[in-house]
Amino acid sequence: MAILVSSNTKAIVQGITGSQGVFHTKLMLEYGTKIVGGTSPGKGGAQVEGVPVFDTVGEAVSRTGANSSIIFVPAPFARDAALEAISYGLSPVVLITEGIPVRDSIEIMASAKTRGCVIVGPNTPGIITPSECKLGIMPSHVFKKGEVGLASRSGTLTYEIASSLTRAGLGQSTCLGLGGDPITGLSFVDILEMFRNDAQTKSVALVGEIGGNAEELAAQYLRESNYPKPVAAYVAGRAAPPGKRMGHAGAIIMGRSGTAESKIGALEGAGVKVALKPGEVAKLLAKK
Amino acid sequence: MKIFEFEAKQIASHYSLPVPTGYVASSPREAREAAQKIASPVVVKAQVLVAGRGKAGGIRTAGTPDDAEKVASALLGSKIKGETVTRVLVEERLDIARELYVGLVVDRAARCYTVLASEVGGVDIEETAQQAPEKIIKRPVQPGGAFEGFQARELAQILGYKGTQLVELGSFIMKLCSVAIAYDSELAESNPLAETRKGGFVPADLRMIVDDNSLFRHKPLVQETREVVHELTPLEVKAREKGLAYVELDGDIGIVGNGAGLVMATLDMIHDYGGRPANFCDVGGGATAERIAAALEIVLANPKVKVLFLNIMGGITRCDEVARGLLEVRERLGLKKPTVIRLVGTNEEEGRRILQDAGIPSLETMEDAASRAVATVKGES
Repeated sequence: MAILVSSNTKAIVQGITGSQGVFHTKLMLEYGTKIVGGTSPGKGGAQVEGVPVFDTVGEAVSRTGANSSIIFVPAPFARDAALEAISYGLSPVVLITEGIPVRDSIEIMASAKTRGCVIVGPNTPGIITPSECKLGIMPSHVFKKGEVGLASRSGTLTYEIASSLTRAGLGQSTCLGLGGDPITGLSFVDILEMFRNDAQTKSVALVGEIGGNAEELAAQYLRESNYPKPVAAYVAGRAAPPGKRMGHAGAIIMGRSGTAESKIGALEGAGVKVALKPGEVAKLLAKK
Repeated sequence: MKIFEFEAKQIASHYSLPVPTGYVASSPREAREAAQKIASPVVVKAQVLVAGRGKAGGIRTAGTPDDAEKVASALLGSKIKGETVTRVLVEERLDIARELYVGLVVDRAARCYTVLASEVGGVDIEETAQQAPEKIIKRPVQPGGAFEGFQARELAQILGYKGTQLVELGSFIMKLCSVAIAYDSELAESNPLAETRKGGFVPADLRMIVDDNSLFRHKPLVQETREVVHELTPLEVKAREKGLAYVELDGDIGIVGNGAGLVMATLDMIHDYGGRPANFCDVGGGATAERIAAALEIVLANPKVKVLFLNIMGGITRCDEVARGLLEVRERLGLKKPTVIRLVGTNEEEGRRILQDAGIPSLETMEDAASRAVATVKGES
């Protein structure tokens, strides 16, 4: 089962001829992901790693039957690329691009909502359902098929925690990065809802960080919905100073809001076991 | 990017928003001339980017041009919350009947811009939000659209206005939102927005923070790199030029890692083990040896750093590249400070071998490496 991507996913790569596009198309194909086409305006007719390149998403979809997309287009053009994917109803659309203006992201998410498309990202490592489909840039060897659902606001911490889960014998159903930006297509609440309804997922790991209130809202949802599966979490940024952006556009304590203490407190209040070190998440889920 | 009050007001006036008559001065003499032109009592306001300058003494009144010159001479060159004042804004003193609050923010959870308005202006809006949340009215902005006139007039009505004042305040709010969105503001607020005794509405203060990610489409705004001058340390400026995410802190363990979350987690762990991070430094994904070297060089340039801690969980970042970057720095600068390295992930065998051949040990877990870094610094000091 898993969520959002599976062996039925047929994806196009938007921005396939750029260096990132070429590199990761190769790695995704090697993983077994069905990359059926790519787009790069003006370069239709070319091939990348044996994958046909089209000028437009419309053409790519009608020729290949793609149902989802992964975008490597640079930030100034990412809004246009995402709206193009959304206009053909592709879902999920994985938006790898970092540095998209908030105003553009707001418009992308609103458009996706009207078409019922799921956006993963922006500023995400992507999504992986181990052994089935990788739509992203993550190192695949740290993931293993299993029963833990993992959602994270950080890329490297996703790898760190997935690899410790794998080492502890805990495989994963689906792992995804929500994205490091202030505006993302999916929230922890959205993902918790999906994992709740996924038979393969038996427990959930959340990886949060400072900024915004996505973790607090997740805690509220867990509390109010009487969540049926065990949840463990890690929240990065306890030592971060207020008012400074810590690498991610979304990782900033504004005034008094968005602190790690607030998030950890809310999650613990909802019965979530919160690890103080990334490596401890696996232990918390192993104990049950 | 934060922009100065006087700039925000200049931009606002281009959008036909009413703003107080005022002039920027960078010398006491210019301040006197400004006050002469205004020909009425003035306020002299330090142009700094930190919030809370009023309480810190950065806003002063002056009855005459002589006074304005004196006040400006006291303010210019002084420090407001650590920020040196190089310019003041000399403005007509408003005859204020009531202070309101109007602002536009990004609502992350609702994924839209939200307009906030309050009858309680001139104070910390966060305090109001905590103590009297019912005094803040919120209205969403349709994504891709504008804050509409009717929405703005409704806000004016809730704030208690009618007739001409309702129309005027509505128009002010609507225009403020247009300029804020056109400039990709992550925050734009007038606090206070003054209702004058004559019944008009004028922003006594205006603050804007422009989304850094949008700067590619606001070139004129970027040409003056004001933030670089005022908000960043010299090493932070250098890091930004190299495209590295670097934040200076006040400890003594220099930290370099790949990925914002991992580096934050590293700071937390160092802290938990009783150490003090000297910085946050994220080299990002897929860093080359040169990039690693550039990051190490910046971190080591901070004289407070006693121990270097390199924490790499290689995904698209390759451990062999990291190892080569480290050797490059050692060759160029000599690596005199004790260094603790945690290196795992893609190509870790090769990375470790390169380090081993060069006589540099490396560790496998973050916990071991963090505690080693803290122990090393404690042994040193």
